[in-house]
Amino acid sequence: MSPVIAIVFKDIVIEMRSKESVSSMLMFGVLVLTIFSFAFEPSSIERSLIAPGTLWVAFSFAAILGLNRSLAMEIDNDCLQGLLLAPVDRGNLYIGKVASNFTFMMIAEVIVLPIFVIFNNLKFNLQFLEIAGIAVLGTFAIAAIGSILSTISANTRMKEVMLPVLQIPLTVPVVISSVEATSMVLSGDTKGISSWLYLLAGFSIVYLTVSYLVFEFVVEE
Amino acid sequence: MPDTFALESEDIRKTFGHFTALAGVTLGVKRGEFLALFGRNGAGKTTFLKIAATLVRQSQGKLRVEGIDTREEPERARRHIGFLSHNTYLYRDLNPVENLRFFSRLYGMPDSEERILALLDRVGLRRRASDPVRAFSRGLHQRLGIARVMLHDPSVILLDEPYTGLDANAVEILNQILDQAASAGKTIILTSHDLEQGLRAATRAAIIDRGKIVFDSGAKDPAIRDAYAAYIRLGVGR
Repeated sequence: MSPVIAIVFKDIVIEMRSKESVSSMLMFGVLVLTIFSFAFEPSSIERSLIAPGTLWVAFSFAAILGLNRSLAMEIDNDCLQGLLLAPVDRGNLYIGKVASNFTFMMIAEVIVLPIFVIFNNLKFNLQFLEIAGIAVLGTFAIAAIGSILSTISANTRMKEVMLPVLQIPLTVPVVISSVEATSMVLSGDTKGISSWLYLLAGFSIVYLTVSYLVFEFVVEE
Repeated sequence: MPDTFALESEDIRKTFGHFTALAGVTLGVKRGEFLALFGRNGAGKTTFLKIAATLVRQSQGKLRVEGIDTREEPERARRHIGFLSHNTYLYRDLNPVENLRFFSRLYGMPDSEERILALLDRVGLRRRASDPVRAFSRGLHQRLGIARVMLHDPSVILLDEPYTGLDANAVEILNQILDQAASAGKTIILTSHDLEQGLRAATRAAIIDRGKIVFDSGAKDPAIRDAYAAYIRLGVGR
């Protein structure tokens, strides 16, 4: 079994036992959507304008909760050091954490996204699948940058505070691209959506590559 | 240095900002040697072991484990190293078998189940194999930590204050494992505050003070007791 799969498998077993990561992301996501759905009339123009932003506020902030839990798991009992002792390229350890963080975020989103569709009187049709595709791309970029930032904040004094302070500014381009692409899908006018999707894919590749290369230096004392 | 050394450090220095943790440690530990490294708190014992385990990068100097430069080929070097720190690096939500299985996968060990169960037998945890580590006392944690260290059969075993928090039974188990490892020709470096415990099975003793080796001799050399008293109890030069 490759180290990447071993890390994902280990994180899934721990999550199945503790149920802390997915449940907290899910609760937060549903709560955000519920609050916004009460704040705006179901058929109002403001609501259709604000819906994509609502969805991505729910996704990106819920991701921070999940990343914080993932970070706590590796800090507890210095488990991260145990990973670093393994005869494995440290970049692969990073890929393993990205894969498990991405998996947990997607599990939460699989439940949050249909709730978003119901709250906004949308239909489970091609439009829904297009939004799901944007969610996969945007979430991957958030997991890629979030996994290294959670490792960086693990070595700081205010770990839980430091992660959102670092994460939010760096995910702004990802969130903007995702909101714009989602907005185009919801309005039915997808002309020019490819540029936002290219931007999302570009950020995912850049974040993943740079983080893979610098992870070794980030984790060393 | 000849290739009979399992661990060789040349002028290892480490600074954290303005603080010098290691001020030039040159040490050669032969294969099969059992070195007890003594020192006060903050003397540099843990930093040296962490550099040897490739967890910390030295600011200067070279370190080789089984002839492999730890800076140039860290992954290859790690295959030979087993490191037990103050923390055991075990996941509290997993049970002992799951923890060891995870580490065996990281080390690329096929068919590790038998070895895992045999190790749990050796550390007296077979009956607790399915209990989450969260429910373990400090002593049981440390025993499982020892099993983790021995899992991939390392040739160089680094133990940082391994007796801390162990009850008499756990000390006995650790001593048995160390004796077996020593007789199997493993190279062991153990740090300790306690002279008697450290010297029990050691073949060589050294004292580190303010980031430098200030005493290095055979474990049976009576001078170790005077040096220990001077550097650790009285704090010469402080």
